[in-house]
Amino acid sequence: MLAYILRRLLYAIPILIGVNLLTFTLFFVVNTPDDIARLQLGAKHVTPEAIERWKVEHGYDKPLMLNAAAAGSAQFTDTIFFKHSAAMFVFEFGKGDDGRNIGNEIRTRMGPSLAIALPVFVIGLLVNITFALLMVFFRATYLDLWGVVLCVVLMSISGLFYIIAGQYFIAKLWNLLPISGFAGGIDGIRFILLPVLVGVVAGIGSGSRWYRTIFLEEIGKDYVRTARAKGLGEVRVLFRHVLKNGMIPILTGAVVVLPLLFMGSLITESFFGIPGLGSYTIDAIQAQDFAVVRAMVFLGSFLYIVGLILTDISYSWVDPRVRLQ
Amino acid sequence: MTIHPVILWTDALIFALLAAVLVLVWLIRRQEHLRAPWRVVAQRPMAMGAALVLGVFVSIGLLDSLHYRAQLPDSPADAPQYSVEVLSVFDALVDGLRARQEKTYSAPLAMQLYAKEFVQRDGVTVRDSSRLQHGGAHLAQADARLPDITRRALAGAAQGALASLLVFAGLAVWQARRMQTSPGAWLAAWRGGRLDWPARTVVLMVATMLMLGGVMMQLAAGYHVFGTDKVGQDVLYISLKSIRTGLVIGTLTTLVTLPLAIGFGIAAGYFRGWVDDVIQYVYTVLNSIPGVLLIAAAVLIVQVYIESNPDIFDTAAARADIRLLALCLIMGVTSWTGLARLLRGESLKLRTLDYVEAARAFGVSNARIISRHIFPNVFHLVLIAIVLDFSGLVLAEAVLSYIGVGVDPAMYSWGNMINGARLELAREPVVWWQLGAAFAFMFTLVLAANLFADGVRDAFDPRLGGRR
Repeated sequence: MLAYILRRLLYAIPILIGVNLLTFTLFFVVNTPDDIARLQLGAKHVTPEAIERWKVEHGYDKPLMLNAAAAGSAQFTDTIFFKHSAAMFVFEFGKGDDGRNIGNEIRTRMGPSLAIALPVFVIGLLVNITFALLMVFFRATYLDLWGVVLCVVLMSISGLFYIIAGQYFIAKLWNLLPISGFAGGIDGIRFILLPVLVGVVAGIGSGSRWYRTIFLEEIGKDYVRTARAKGLGEVRVLFRHVLKNGMIPILTGAVVVLPLLFMGSLITESFFGIPGLGSYTIDAIQAQDFAVVRAMVFLGSFLYIVGLILTDISYSWVDPRVRLQ
Repeated sequence: MTIHPVILWTDALIFALLAAVLVLVWLIRRQEHLRAPWRVVAQRPMAMGAALVLGVFVSIGLLDSLHYRAQLPDSPADAPQYSVEVLSVFDALVDGLRARQEKTYSAPLAMQLYAKEFVQRDGVTVRDSSRLQHGGAHLAQADARLPDITRRALAGAAQGALASLLVFAGLAVWQARRMQTSPGAWLAAWRGGRLDWPARTVVLMVATMLMLGGVMMQLAAGYHVFGTDKVGQDVLYISLKSIRTGLVIGTLTTLVTLPLAIGFGIAAGYFRGWVDDVIQYVYTVLNSIPGVLLIAAAVLIVQVYIESNPDIFDTAAARADIRLLALCLIMGVTSWTGLARLLRGESLKLRTLDYVEAARAFGVSNARIISRHIFPNVFHLVLIAIVLDFSGLVLAEAVLSYIGVGVDPAMYSWGNMINGARLELAREPVVWWQLGAAFAFMFTLVLAANLFADGVRDAFDPRLGGRR
């Protein structure tokens, strides 16, 4: 097991290098280091000396990919790409272009992101499974048919609509909860409720329909027929047998996104003014803060790969027939 | 008046796509085994109803893709000069909607501006909302508005009902002749639902749409049905123009996705070894980068390119168009990985089957095995992916435009409508119609696409079998 995880983590290194290379290329096709310096310094102090000083301070004073002036391996190591990427592999993100320490920002913003994403994930999972089981229980009746149609209708509504409608009706018109904002501790719950509610409702359509197909696939299998032949009731068949076996694909599908919950949701966070990693990323895109964007991409890719490894592990954990090698 | 036809990049691609679809339809009609699943789709009422709605949307989108520039009225005939404004055939059809501009916001079916201002009335200056220039301009009294709206709505519904009766009568006569029975017998079969296609749903759908269209046309002739936006443009017109943007994003993105997904997916599964390793590496890298960031970076690149080469694009429409195309390209590049992984898995299975082994033993080339034996057997997966992806892409456009990395801000799109109207909800009274119209149109298109996709998936996916 340990050897397997280690090998998978080693495989991750070339992927992360590729990710870095791609984001690096994409961003420096648009901006030269001079452009970035000019953008960050503002219109007032743009003298060539100031730009040079800014570039030296932020480590942008080297060639991009290949340093022809250096000798030996320094040709590759004494470049912007290497200097900025190598440190990330030990999670040393350095400073953003605005001078703030990215590592600190990530640590403080992780909490708010998780405070929204985790409840949405857990409650959403429970609600979706409940709806899916209900539809499967009433399968091939009008209740099931219209349940599926309702799911498709819910799926067809734009996610932005859920957010805007939620903010308008619940927060503005009925004054039940604050429109946006965030606070720590027990006081923060009233800020969290609305984004969580919106997140759960927005996911019901696709989620329950997906789980319904999974349960329907299970229900056609031989062990279900055996259970019925033993004389078990429908409820018992559903909850004892179908639910348990259906959990295998559901759990493994859910585990992939588990590490990514740290990243938060870009849209929800910026609409509700949550100081999490999602809104951090959007702000960085809009300010063209390359250091932050690259750190977030790196973090996102790393968590994605962790998610893939966790999926494999959870597979072998819930289904003993699967062996890791 | 002469016109100067303009072919934008997306126009050309849309019509190329249309031609490809028509050729495909022609090919499918000739092959019984390819027609069979489509016949199953045609028997599902919900899929057929959705297909009709999609048809209306696509027709509007196609009409809106025939662009031209009109000649300036005072330019000489021998050396004509053309307007910089790019119009489409659809614009010409609904010219009234486009031309009837107001000053600023006005509510749906209103005859007054939304905002109050100081106006001179009987010699005194009072603070009141002034009359619209076009909406309800034919009315003398404000209390004549409701009866007038009712009259117009009823007239439109009656016209629609009449038109649908004519269509229905024509259908009955044509179908009765085809089935060699009397129209009366066909009607009886229609009422009893004994036809081999969902005729009742289709007739009902057509009648509903015709009546709705009639009401809209009657009302739009005298009012702004969905009100006007900040600069006084008719919201119905903007929503209708946005249809093309949504369709372009939903279809052209798939066009980019398909060659990548099919090529890489099948190659990885069929050749295995180092080819598989390289392709898997590429798609894991792409997959692990959050899609929004890739799209944002690529859109910025295009923006810089457009700004530094202004002489290539002669009109604002051409600039917006190239950004739309770039958006489709980059969304295609980021979204091929899912289908590719699916095709890889399927090809891995298929390559070990006896008929592929036999073909290889006979010395059939790899290219021929893939095109004759592998591709036809994964085609249903490709088709299902196309119809399922469409609705997601339409919804994604709105989100991307909100972040500011979507289509050009000057382009008509539901995302831009939502983005522009979002903050107006804070006003008192609320400006809701722009948001409402954008969400309603988007919802209709996406729902129709989803229902149709369901029908296609159920008919083509052999795993589902008869069970749903």
